[in-house]
This record gives sequence, structure tokens and C-alpha cells, in this order.
Amino acid sequence: MTDETDAPRPPFGNLPPQQPAPGSEPQPGYPVAAQPEYFPVQHQPPRDQRNLTDGEWHRLHPATPLLRGGIAFLAITGFVIANLRERLVELFLPGAGDTAEENYDPLTYVWEHGYVGLALLAVFVVLLVVMAGFFVSWRMHTFRVTDEAVEVRSGILFRTHRNAKLDRIQGVGISRPFLPRLFGAAKMEVSVAGADASVKLEYLYSRDADNLRRDVLTLASGVRLAEKGLAPAPTVGPGGIENEQVLSRIVNERVSEFLAPELDPGTAPPESVVRIPVGRLIGSTVLSIGSVLILALAVVMIVSIVNGQIWSLFWFIPSVIGLGSYFWSTITKSLRYSIAGTPSGVRIGFGLFSTSNDTLPPGRVHAIEISQSVLWRPFGWWQVKINKAGLSAEDAIGGKGNTTVLPVGTLTDVSRVVELLLGLPASEDLRDELQLAINEPSRSGFTLSPRRARWFDPFAWKRTGYSLRDGLLLFRKGVVWRKLDILPLARMVSFSVSQGPVERMFRLASARAHTVLGPITPTLPVIGTAEAARLYEEVSAGIVAASLADHSHRWAQTVPDAGPAPENFS
Amino acid sequence: MTHPEQPWTPDPTLAEPVTEQAPVRLQAGEAADAAEATTADAPRRIDTTGEWRRVSPKYILVDLIGSAIAAVVVVVVAVVLGVIFEQAWPWWIMGGLLLAIALGAAFTPRRIRSIGYQLRQDDLLFRRGIMWTRMVAVPYGRMQLIDINRGPVARAFGLAELKFVTASAATAIVLPGLPAEEAEDLRDHLVEVAESRRTGL
Repeated sequence: MTDETDAPRPPFGNLPPQQPAPGSEPQPGYPVAAQPEYFPVQHQPPRDQRNLTDGEWHRLHPATPLLRGGIAFLAITGFVIANLRERLVELFLPGAGDTAEENYDPLTYVWEHGYVGLALLAVFVVLLVVMAGFFVSWRMHTFRVTDEAVEVRSGILFRTHRNAKLDRIQGVGISRPFLPRLFGAAKMEVSVAGADASVKLEYLYSRDADNLRRDVLTLASGVRLAEKGLAPAPTVGPGGIENEQVLSRIVNERVSEFLAPELDPGTAPPESVVRIPVGRLIGSTVLSIGSVLILALAVVMIVSIVNGQIWSLFWFIPSVIGLGSYFWSTITKSLRYSIAGTPSGVRIGFGLFSTSNDTLPPGRVHAIEISQSVLWRPFGWWQVKINKAGLSAEDAIGGKGNTTVLPVGTLTDVSRVVELLLGLPASEDLRDELQLAINEPSRSGFTLSPRRARWFDPFAWKRTGYSLRDGLLLFRKGVVWRKLDILPLARMVSFSVSQGPVERMFRLASARAHTVLGPITPTLPVIGTAEAARLYEEVSAGIVAASLADHSHRWAQTVPDAGPAPENFS
Repeated sequence: MTHPEQPWTPDPTLAEPVTEQAPVRLQAGEAADAAEATTADAPRRIDTTGEWRRVSPKYILVDLIGSAIAAVVVVVVAVVLGVIFEQAWPWWIMGGLLLAIALGAAFTPRRIRSIGYQLRQDDLLFRRGIMWTRMVAVPYGRMQLIDINRGPVARAFGLAELKFVTASAATAIVLPGLPAEEAEDLRDHLVEVAESRRTGL
């Protein structure tokens, strides 16, 4: 298995770099017309010096077709072999089983009619075709990173070509699902604005992924790689094929990769700014709505058992198993949580068995919500979620795509995470500020809903309000679920206020900020009409002003190098 | 950064002269509201300053024709069902639906006069609704697409509908009942200002 991943580069690697491709591709028996541009032959230098951001087309991990679709083929093969097991045993140990008439099957037919040669040939041809298909699809699946975009093209008969403009990048995530991890492969996803518009590089060499992401984000930031001294040495000449195929080295490498921390020490500060103790993680998961549900189910079950209805076990046990697996996946996902600031953005890592980590460049957070359920209040635990662009609709609503940036943490942890997400300098004040905003919003510069709102929102009206400061709109709301929404005006799409007939009777209104789709729906449930009108005016002016001052699409570019191009006009 | 473009001014011949319309600025209820607002500490109805542009009054007729078509469909279905089943319930359902349509139609003129938009220097304001009022502000730079739709009835009256698409589905702005030429001019103008104020989402 592992041999395959580290097999020498395909024979084409030997060719001189400038040689035109088509002539080198006379693979007999391929049904596909080899079009010249699909086979740009480039020399691939020894892998430790691979420069993937040189604007040339590069190929992915050779195990890619296998990991993407070949698993099914392997499974079928395994199934066939398993079914032939008895037959094989009989073949090598004659007399071990008794050949009876009921064992008559196609294989016996083939044997008796002397078609063995033909059958073997057929199997061989099928295998050859499948291998050829894998090989061609791997050959034709290439990507390149230029100064402008990340591009991927793939497909044998139906070519697809995807391209992510660098200044539209919303984040780069690297995930290593369990099986690809064994192969030393990783999946990189470059998300751009627009639902489901991300460019996926699956699968890359695991060791290339982190560097590639760093380079992509550095390019996207508007800094030239050479200026930063990050550009690797120019591609060396041919002859770089390594031959040290020592199995032990491969195994060691794979094991160390597998156990390596999610944060690459070279590209991130070594220390994650927040750690989640295992006890807190388990405690917070147990103190969730799920366990309340389990308790309720248990009560119902005990009552029904006492009443002699044993059949209730039939639904109780499966639902407990389901919830248990949910708990297990929640806990293992967050077990190796880490968050750290890097030059290219905030990097958040998750996962024990299948790991993933996302880097969010500065200014890609569209909304932050700090929330606390009533069950967590005695412990002072909070959760932080974000809205980010580039998720498909169902992922965004289902809370997938790593939108929970802090599964559980104290307010101090929350303040560190918020600092990173908003790009604020680290300070101790933010924690107190958050504390004040949550506990006593009236003293923290919040405009609160008036007393007449008590008929409308009897529990939370005292703590429902908004505040506009430093280009941020804050919504404070909720009692059972205490929530603080932090909305950067520079990212807000639009803003609305609305009023129904009952609200009008009480001279109240509600407000809603519109951001990209995500787990957070930033609303202000109730506010006085005069305040709502003022908020509407201030926010609509604030969005415009904040957007004009915003330069985060090329976040590190301080001086435009060649005059303000139209798209950099903002 | 300054924007040389002036706020959009429609061709005077195309513009809807607000004064020509029936008493739209202050409905009876709104006048009462305004009177009360002076005594109370807060207005009842949320509103913002500035002149709201209104949609064409012809759109009221378009909407009423739509209601009439719906009513005809209801009657036809009820007649068919009544003939087939020879029972009373289709007629009751028909009565209920017709009542609802008639009620809706009675409020149509006010509902459509409540639709308004403002083109400010940097953003578009939109509002609609009398019972359930909604006001939205969208900066021009946030608009991604602007669609023009024309239904068959609206086309007969020379009207069109502008639909604004942003990165957020919740923005949901549809501006109906614009004269076709005005709609196209408005679209071109908005695309232009959106382009010059484009920001990276």
C-alpha cells in the first residue's frame, strides 16, 4: 500500500522539461485522444524542494483515483476473492473439501470447458483497463497556482476546469480523512465566495499541503513570494529522481506524519492560544441538549417498562446508540482542537482520527456569535461560532464546514479567539469588555430595548440591545441561550428593520443584519422604533464607510504596485 | 475616496410623478400615527427620512388582474369538483378562497403604494408592507446580479420587475411594477455604480 505512494515519479519525470508533451504519450490502447495541452511534461524535482506555486501544472498524489473512486473497485475485488476462497483452498489443498454438485458455478463451468486461459485473459484485460483508467485520470488531473488564481482541471472525457481567484479566497482548509492519511495524502479545499464554489485539491502529498497553503495565502495576501523570501530555489535540472526506496524509512515517515500535531511548527506559532481540557470537553458535551433528551427518553422508558411494555426497548436502545455516537464524534472531533494566528490568517485545527484544519485569512469572518446555554452557565463555558463565505447551503445551515471555531471555552478563551478572528492586538481588556457586554450591557454602551418591550419579550428585554463601535455591530440578546453577535460592518451585505402589527402597537421593531449563509442568523428581536430607525441609518452608512476603508481582499498589500486597478478600487 | 457619479435621476418623462397619485403621502392611519408620535416618546411606525420613489400605479391593476385570474381558477376548479362529487364542500372552500382573494384585493392599492425605494449616494433603500413593514438598506457595492423579469400581464401594461441578488439570500429585494424602460435604465445605472463601488465581499 505504502509502496504505491512513494513509488518513483512516473517515467515522464525523466523527460527534459521543455520537451513537448504529445509525442511522449503514445500509450497504445488508450481510448482517449491525448491532447497536447493536457500533458505538459514538467520535471518534478526531489519532493522536498517541490515548488508548487510556480505557475506550472502539477499533478496530485498518485493514489488519488484510488482514494476518490477506487475504494469501491477494491471492495468489489475483495468481495470476489472472499467468495472464491473455498475454491482456492480446494485448489491448493485437494481433498480438503468434498466437491459436490451443488457447488456448480460459473467457475466450474469455465474449468470444465477449458476456458481457463480465456477467463484469465479477460480478468487481466479488465484489470489493465481499470489501471489504465486510474492512471489516465491521475495524469489528467492537474492543478496550478499562479499569481492570480488556483486552477484545477480534471476528467478524462468530460473535462472540468475550476479556478479560484486569489483575491476572492475565503479560506483554505486541509483535511486528512483517516484512509488518505494512511497513504500520506491530504485534501486541500480553497473556498471562494459563492455557495459551493470551492476548488478542491484532492489529494495532495500530505507534506506538501501545509507549504502549499502557506504559499497560496501569501500570494493571495498581495505579497510577492520572493519579497518574503519564501520562494523556494528555482527548479533544479533533471536527475533528481530519488531511489532510496527503503521501506523502513517510508514507514517511519508515515508514522511520524500521522502523529504530528495538527499545527505545523514551522508555519504557525508553536502554541495554540486556547486549549480545551478533556474534562471540560466531555462535561460540556454531556451538559447539552442531547443529554437532556436522553434523560427524557430514559424516564419515558422506565415508565413504560414499569407498565410492562418491554417493546419500548426497541426504540430506546437505538436512539441511545445514536446519541452516544453523536457524543463520541463530537468529542473526538474536538480532542485535538487548536487555534493560532499565522501570518496568513487564523488557523483552526480539529480532529483525532480524521484531522482537518482551516486557515481563515484576515477579514473573512462575516459574523461571530458567542453563546452560552443555561446548562453551561454555572461553569462559565461559552461557544463561539462564525459565518464564513464559500459554504454550500446545506453545510452552512447544518453547521458543517468547521464553523464552530471554539467548541467550549471560558470567557478568557473566547476573548483570545475573538481577538484572533477580528485581528485585534492581544490584550487583557477584551475579556472584561465582553463580560460587561454580556452581563451588564447597559453599562457597556449598549442601546437597550425599552421597558414596554417586556410584554413582548418578558425575560430577555432588559438584556436585548445593540451597540455600534469600531466598525462592529454588536447584538446582545437571550436569557436561556445568552448570545452576543459581533458583526463586522465591512462584511455585512445589507441590513433590514421590520415591524409587525403587534410590534407597532407597542412602538417596537426588530432588526436583522444580512450576512452570508451560516449557522448564525444575526437578529435583534426587539427594540424601540426610534432606536430602530437610528440603527438603520447608522448601520447603512456604516456599511458603506467600512467597505470603502476595507482592503482585506489583498490583506498584506500596503501600497498598490501599479496604480489602482478597477477591482482594487474599494 | 470620492464617487463622481451623482445619484440616479430618471428621465423626467419616465419618472412617476408622486403628486399625481391619490393621497399617498399620509394615509388616514398614518396621520393618526404621526399625531400620536408627537405625544409619545417614540413613533409607532418606523420610517426614514428622504423621498420614497413609488412603483407605477398601473401595477395595482396588474396585481388586481392577477387576483381576478386566481379567482377564476378557483371558481372553475370548484365547479368541476362540485359537478364530479355532487357535494357541498367544494362550494364552501370556494367561498373561503374567494373571500380571501377579495380581502387581499381590497388592500392591494395600499399595499402597492407602500412599496418604495430610494437611491442614495452609496446605497439603495427598499421598503414594503403596511401591516408587516420591512425596510432594507443595500450598499450598491454588495449587489451581485440584477435580474429583470416580466410576466405576461405586466408586459401587457409595459411593466417589469427588478430582482436584486446579493451574497445573502436574506436580502430578498424584488421591486415590481417599474415601467420597462425605467427598469432597464435603473438596472444599467445600478450595475454601473455597483461596479465602481465593488468590494471584496
